[in-house]
Amino acid sequence: MHNSITKEEVLTWLEEVKDPEIPVLSLVDLGVITAVDIRPEGVTITMTPTFVGCPAMDMMKSDVLEVLHKHGITHAEVQVSFREPWTSDKISTRGREALKSFGLAPPPSGKNLFTDIDVLEHATCPRCNGTNTELKSPFGPTLCRSIHYCLDCREAFEQFKPV
Amino acid sequence: MNEIALKELLYKIADDQLILGHRNSEWTGMGPLLEEDIAFSSMAQDKVGQSYAIYNLLHALGEQEPDTIAFTRNANQFHNSIFTELPNSEYDFSLIRHFLYDTAEIIRFDLLTRSAYQPLADLAVKVRAELRYHTLHANTWIKQLGSATEESISRLQHSLDTALPHALGMFEESLYEQDLIHDSIFAGEKILMERWKQQVEIILSKTQLQLPDWDTLTAVNGGRKGQHSEHLQPLLDEMSEVFRIDPTAEW
Ligand SMILES: [Zn+2]
Repeated sequence: MHNSITKEEVLTWLEEVKDPEIPVLSLVDLGVITAVDIRPEGVTITMTPTFVGCPAMDMMKSDVLEVLHKHGITHAEVQVSFREPWTSDKISTRGREALKSFGLAPPPSGKNLFTDIDVLEHATCPRCNGTNTELKSPFGPTLCRSIHYCLDCREAFEQFKPV
Repeated sequence: MNEIALKELLYKIADDQLILGHRNSEWTGMGPLLEEDIAFSSMAQDKVGQSYAIYNLLHALGEQEPDTIAFTRNANQFHNSIFTELPNSEYDFSLIRHFLYDTAEIIRFDLLTRSAYQPLADLAVKVRAELRYHTLHANTWIKQLGSATEESISRLQHSLDTALPHALGMFEESLYEQDLIHDSIFAGEKILMERWKQQVEIILSKTQLQLPDWDTLTAVNGGRKGQHSEHLQPLLDEMSEVFRIDPTAEW
């Protein structure tokens, strides 16, 4: 029944589904879609949350189902798994650009960066690209954002937290 | 694998997170600074979310739905340590508890990343990463206020002295401790407590706060066996009030 659909096709459809907190960022670019399983009996999407307590997860799940139904997939399922946990390095290059255009500093990338506190202390300002900034609070208005202050622009900004 | 031992372990970890998460949320709108208000609210959201993820693991093992587990048990069915249910008191006590608790939690989840029970090991990798923000927050404030003014130091010292015997209750051993260790599900409370003491000593050595000799302290146990203080039932009543009005409501 679904033999003619490809994984790439499904991922293209899912680009339509955005992060409810950041409407310019698709779930695909956010990196929370970890598997697309196409079988004769239906399509199963595996997702993993950015933060375990992410309140937007249920909404994202139902948005994914809605898009699949719209494309004629009657038997669609979304499962949540921590097998391949989300890290901020899973955000695509396009996703990082989207964050910046939204005024949010993308998370610094690279392995083990969190052990190096300087990364949080000197986030890159999304306005001036400078690093003359300081960490105001590791906790922001949503679970995935921290609050920083740019000493050059003299304005606060938020960063998508590295996890 | 001893499934009863595994379930008991999951219950105690999840209950700790849920109950302290609820206490953290009581700071919403009450924090000494707006940033602290947001910090405690965010940590509450993390902890309650993490407790639900663990209740989901229990559900997969045949226990009830996460909401039913969270909202319909009585105090004597909860396995959280008494430490987590104590009232928030002043900000200094909440901060000390946050420091002592999260220092233990991040080590606990680090040990659990190597659990032979794969779903727990997978979740632990994720939770450990999130908890780094909690310990970062706790350590920053403890170091700052623990060396700031005479008042801040003496307040924190007083809270530390009050909190420590309760904090040791976090490491109350399970009846199945040896099974958990033998099956490589969890390395055990003893190893956890030793690592916790080391880390607490490292952070406090950067402050003017004094740690008493560990041997002089007596742990306040009982929570892991469902024996709680008078503070838990009122917390549960408040937490489940909305749920009990209509258990079938969709949120
Ligand atoms: Zn700037």
